[in-house]
Order: sequence, then C-alpha cells, then structure tokens
Amino acid sequence: MALSNVVETPASGFNFENVSRNVALEGLLEGGHTKAPKPMKTGTTIAGVVCKDGVVLGADTRATSGEVVADKMCAKIHYISPNMYCCGAGTAADTEKTTDLLSSNLTIFSMNSGRNPRVVMAVNILQDMLFRYRGQIGASLILGGVDCTGNHLYTVGPYGSIDNVPYLAMGSGDLAALGILEDRFKPNMELEEAKQLVRDAIHSGIMSDLGSGNNIDICVITKQGVDYIRPYQESEYKDKRQRRYKYRPGTTSILTEKIVPLELEVVQETVQRMDTA
Amino acid sequence: MNTRGLRSQLKDSVPVTGMGPQVGAYGVQDTLRSGFSSVKNELLPSHALELSEKNFQLNQDKINFSNLRNIQGLHAPLKLQMEYRAARQIQRLPFLQSSHLALDTLKGNDESISFEGILNDPAQSEMMGEPHVMVEYKLGMM
Repeated sequence: MALSNVVETPASGFNFENVSRNVALEGLLEGGHTKAPKPMKTGTTIAGVVCKDGVVLGADTRATSGEVVADKMCAKIHYISPNMYCCGAGTAADTEKTTDLLSSNLTIFSMNSGRNPRVVMAVNILQDMLFRYRGQIGASLILGGVDCTGNHLYTVGPYGSIDNVPYLAMGSGDLAALGILEDRFKPNMELEEAKQLVRDAIHSGIMSDLGSGNNIDICVITKQGVDYIRPYQESEYKDKRQRRYKYRPGTTSILTEKIVPLELEVVQETVQRMDTA
Repeated sequence: MNTRGLRSQLKDSVPVTGMGPQVGAYGVQDTLRSGFSSVKNELLPSHALELSEKNFQLNQDKINFSNLRNIQGLHAPLKLQMEYRAARQIQRLPFLQSSHLALDTLKGNDESISFEGILNDPAQSEMMGEPHVMVEYKLGMM
C-alpha cells in the first residue's frame, strides 16, 4: 500500500503512535469501568544464595494474570550463559525478553572474544538497558553465576539499581523468604545445606503469599556445571485430570445390526512389475 | 499519566524536532501533509519515554564524543565524526532498504542486539512511501 504522506521510512525500535489512542480508548470503554486487560505478572518468590562451591537459585512456578493463575508451571529461572542463570520477577513478558536479549548479547560477545562472560558484564548490560527505559520494563531480576573471579549473586531492580549480596529474595513473597534466609544463612555453606535453605525460603513464600505457589524449581551453578532441577518439589495440591475423554468400546449398547454386502465385478486387471532390488 | 509533572520540565527541555507543529512552506501548518493541528498533541509527548527515546542515540553520541575529546584531544572525535559522515552516505535511494553496514560496524551495532533490531524492522514495514515524494523530501525540495 503506497501512502503519499510517508516521507521517511519509520525508525526501528519502540513506536509510540498508539499511546494517545489507547488512553482515549480506556476512557471510552463503558464509561471508564472496563480497563484494558492486565499483562501477565509473575507475582512470585525468587531467592538466591551463595555457597562454598557455587550459587543456588530458587523460584516458584506460578504466573498470575489479575486474580487468575495463568500458568501453573511457569519457568522463572532463565538461561543467560553456560555459567549464569537469572531468576525474573515482575511482568512475565518483560523478564523473558530482557533475559533473552541479555543472553544473545553475551553469546555474541563470547563468540567474538573467545571468553566466558563475567557476571559483572551481564549486570552492567542489564542496568544500562533497564535505566534507559526508566522502569517501564517491569523486570526485577536475580542474576547468579560462577566465573573466573568467583561466585556472584546480583539483584537488578526495574529502574536499574543493582546490589551484590550473598543471599537475596525478590518478588511479592520476598519478605517471607527473606525471613528464612536471614535466620539461617551462614557464609560458605555446603551445597546440600544451601539447597535446603533456598527450598525452605521459597516454601515460606508460597505459603504466605497469594502470588506464589505450585512447584519449586532449583538451579545449582558450580564451576563444574549447572544442575537445573525442575521441579525440585511438587506441590501437594495437584489436580487429577484424566486427559483422555474417549469412551471405551461397548459403552453404548447395540440394538440392531444389518449387514449389506456390496457386489463388485472385476472390469479390468493390469499387472505392473516393480523392481525391488 | 501525570501531565503536571511534564509541564514543569518543559521550560528547561531541549527543543526536539518533530514535536512541534509541522510547518510547511510559508511557515504555517501544513494541513495537506500532516493533518489538522491540535495544541494538546503537540505540546506534550503522550508517553513518558517518547522524548527520551527520540533523542537517545544523539545524546549518547554527544556524551561519548565529549568524553573522547576530554581524554584524547580534539582530533579523535573529529576524525570519528568524519568517518560517520562518510559511512552514512553509503546508502540506496530513500524509498529502498539500505543495510547501513558500514555505519553499523563503525558504531558497534553489529555486535549487539537491542530493541532497535527486533521491533518495528523497517525491512518489514507495512507502509510504502511514494518514491517521488520521498526523494523530494530527502533532497529538501518539499
């Protein structure tokens, strides 16, 4: 479609043409009573702990959209690079896209330079990106990884603030999880103890917060590699769905049966030899 | 959106091209090309990020060049800007898609992915401008 009033090709990136239209539409929809549909938030509990051999990250698996559970088995621990994983809280699409972009940029970097990226580099890229958009990208992230300088755990807020801490919890259930972490965290813990601590922290978030629930995922990052345990613990409240709704043969009783044979006569017969070697 | 907050920033704001009324020849509103004017639409950007995103690349370049000038002297940014200007001219006619490969390599955009590379790809834009109009606009004849 050729339009004569387009004098320049549109710039790539975000397009703000529809913002005023959307604001006007919200006011018009049934006199302001109906709102636009809410984006899917993760309303979550995520936690991370630095232990002696590496970093342990944990998350619940519930994603909510308003008052409805949108996804019962949502994956909140995202892959960034072979030595780094990131838990995301906030708007689900924002965390997904931001971590995807970060992972792509770090892959290009490691292909160019031949090195594994460091955790500080990922954190700086995230901080620049989130600050540039002034918090409109609703992503609160916990980034944990192991690189040549040691085991690191960082938090990145939606406005671009970062913090480097040994244990951490974010999301709507963070207060409950932080209580457990503050009580039982010790520096240089063993791996199994750290896994148990993270599990307990997420569990308390699930119990005390409406936005968190269902299963618990744990991701253990060490120098040797990554162990992504999904699910680490399943919730007791599972629904028993059959998933097969076919009736077995014989459910409906047969009352009468009438067989009509079809009489056919052979009109023409041709034989074609096939070469099967 | 809190319009009062933005109004207080207007005094010190940097003048932005494309935000004001679209003036045509003779200095009046060009109704034929840009439609009817509305003061509200032109005074305030509708989204909090619209202004800052419009100017983001320009401001980044300004910061980088001024840092470079302070560290390495005047010649470094001058030479870089000359190279940018030369690379920017390597493109096809305005209505065709140019890859901007040299410019991207100079700026370092070939090694990173941001929302500019994913959203609103100009190669897949749904609207095609009329070629004569676009060339005239580019040459400043319009």
